[in-house]
Amino acid sequence: MQKFTQLNGLVAPLDRANVDTDLIIPKQFLKSIKRTGFGPNLFDELRYLDEGFPGQDCSQRPVNKDFVLNQPRYQGSEVLLARKNFGCGSSREHAPWALVDYGFRAVIAPSFADIFFNNAPKNGLLLIQLDEATVERLFQEVEANEGYRLLVDLPAQTVTTPSGEVLSFEMDSFRKHCLIEGLDDIGLTLKDADAIKAYEAKRAEQTPWIFS
Amino acid sequence: MAQTLYDKLWDAHLVKQRDDGTALIYIDRQLLHEVTSPQAFEGLRLASRKPWRLNANLATPDHNVPTTLKERSAGVSGIEDETSRIQVQTLDDNCDEFGITEFKINDIRQGIVHVIGPEQGATLPGMTLVCGDSHTATHGAFAALAHGVGTSEVEHVLATQCLIQRKMKNLLIQVDGELQPGVTAKDIILAVIGEIGTAGGTGYAMEFAGSAIASLSMEGRMTICNMAIEAGARVGLVGCDQTTIDYVKGRPFAPKGEQWEQAVAYWKTLHSDADAAFDKVVTLDAASIEPQVSWGTSPEMVAPIKGKVPDPAQAADESQRKSWERALEYMGLKANQAITDIQLDRVFIGSCTNSRIEDLRAAAEVAKGRKVAASLKEALVVPGSGLVKKQAEEEGLDKIFIEAGFQWREPGCSMCLAMNADKLGQGEHCASTSNRNFEGRQGYGGRTHLVSPAMAAAAAIAGHFVDVRNF
Ligand code: SF4
Repeated sequence: MQKFTQLNGLVAPLDRANVDTDLIIPKQFLKSIKRTGFGPNLFDELRYLDEGFPGQDCSQRPVNKDFVLNQPRYQGSEVLLARKNFGCGSSREHAPWALVDYGFRAVIAPSFADIFFNNAPKNGLLLIQLDEATVERLFQEVEANEGYRLLVDLPAQTVTTPSGEVLSFEMDSFRKHCLIEGLDDIGLTLKDADAIKAYEAKRAEQTPWIFS
Repeated sequence: MAQTLYDKLWDAHLVKQRDDGTALIYIDRQLLHEVTSPQAFEGLRLASRKPWRLNANLATPDHNVPTTLKERSAGVSGIEDETSRIQVQTLDDNCDEFGITEFKINDIRQGIVHVIGPEQGATLPGMTLVCGDSHTATHGAFAALAHGVGTSEVEHVLATQCLIQRKMKNLLIQVDGELQPGVTAKDIILAVIGEIGTAGGTGYAMEFAGSAIASLSMEGRMTICNMAIEAGARVGLVGCDQTTIDYVKGRPFAPKGEQWEQAVAYWKTLHSDADAAFDKVVTLDAASIEPQVSWGTSPEMVAPIKGKVPDPAQAADESQRKSWERALEYMGLKANQAITDIQLDRVFIGSCTNSRIEDLRAAAEVAKGRKVAASLKEALVVPGSGLVKKQAEEEGLDKIFIEAGFQWREPGCSMCLAMNADKLGQGEHCASTSNRNFEGRQGYGGRTHLVSPAMAAAAAIAGHFVDVRNF
């Protein structure tokens, strides 16, 4: 997993509430048995004017020029600014895989759906929750200023705007540690193998039918 | 201290509380399917890891499997779509390699993961259960703590039998009173989502209780818990009672003999204590719930059958106005249009929300002796599992559907998310018993309306939405 410490990234605004995982990556792309290669199909139904298929060369497809990610000023953006309840819907980890594969390293929104919230940091994607009024203000600033970048500092848990305003965000220490170190959860959990075995031994007495 | 059901299940599965606020939670059962598992097995292989406890896992292909007999009869090799075939084959190969029990494509026990778990008794009260699928909340109907997880977590559970979690808050949805005839569990949950919104349950474990819930069958309770995720809650729950215990008894994976008695004694403790404190409580009067139809592109965009498509000018705020306008445009509907005026192109009865025997019976009762409207292109009935299909055929439901002009298919997810050949064409309206009406969910440009099985069957006969209570 890619480590995350600091990022000075171009910001793209996606002005839409309740962006669901079907919208982030439509189901036909879930047929892949790999973790990579989803970037060209991120927001497929919003980005292109035709129906997309897995394995197709997306450079030949008609693009929706109005869609924010197709606008020249947002090319190369690494921070996605979004509205509330981002990532609702299915548990598909293809959603964070697609965002990361496209080049996003962080998403800022007033709230995120639970499963997406769990999946994203496991793939090095930082989710930053800021209150609705602040997000609204950022939307206005991004739209008003071409080339708008935000400096994201994970160790300090801050986002700094071009005008020097520093916004703090909350982050749980476990996720933060894993992101900064690029750590694999499984390795960490297996350090507790003895505790897991002890639990199993105890439960096998209390609820033997689970283990028989 | 008085505890909620969620608190009890959490405590019973806590392996280790960490200082950073996260906890290791033990997982009793994992269900696997072809879409969200290949990268997890690949991860195990890359790290030379083995599944921690093999018999905790149960697998079946469901999302990609074709539903026509013609395409099904040749098994995996008969799947025409190459990417689907590879994915189903990959599940078979992974299960064979790692030694995981799998109900393969034409096994009579194959079906949608959330149908077969309960059907086999692989879902039991008091268990923790995960699956790489957000509708895993379904299993909470058994007083089991069931989470939908992503692929990294599928791999984590395979490798460690644990999940890293933070404890959620408790939300109680209290539904008292008696449902009107023709109003079902599906209408309850759609009404709940209409009330609290798609993020209303975010961060909560959502328990459903009250006399209306207690009087539901297990099928109805599963329908309700299934859609907890559509209200933002990763976990849905119903306390264990005699209905639960009767359903589980005698199923293949259920405990037997002395262990059965021991299990039942434990299961009877699996309900929230009378004076348990919830962080939030929402109450609904069952008698006032009408049959629901979703008109928009989010499950919270629902209206009673006698209602109208809303007018964006009446929206509560700017953000709601924008999303209503966008939804109306996508759905090709006009503000203030009567719900009963929505004309349909297709009807889909199936999915992990509504493809169990009781759902098929309810739809068949409406369809019996009637004909699907000539204006419809297709009306599909897709049983949730091979065993549901068999039972329905024993009861003669297949004949009722076929005579009425419905197609009777092989089990799978089918048009719920259209990863197989069953999909909507662009702009087509579908009355669907599934759970998501997101843009493109049932096919590119397709327009989904979520309803109960009885409402879907009535809509198929009429060619547009009708009030099943007058049918
Ligand atoms: S039936 Fe639909 S919602 Fe249920 S598991 Fe299958 S695709 Fe998901």
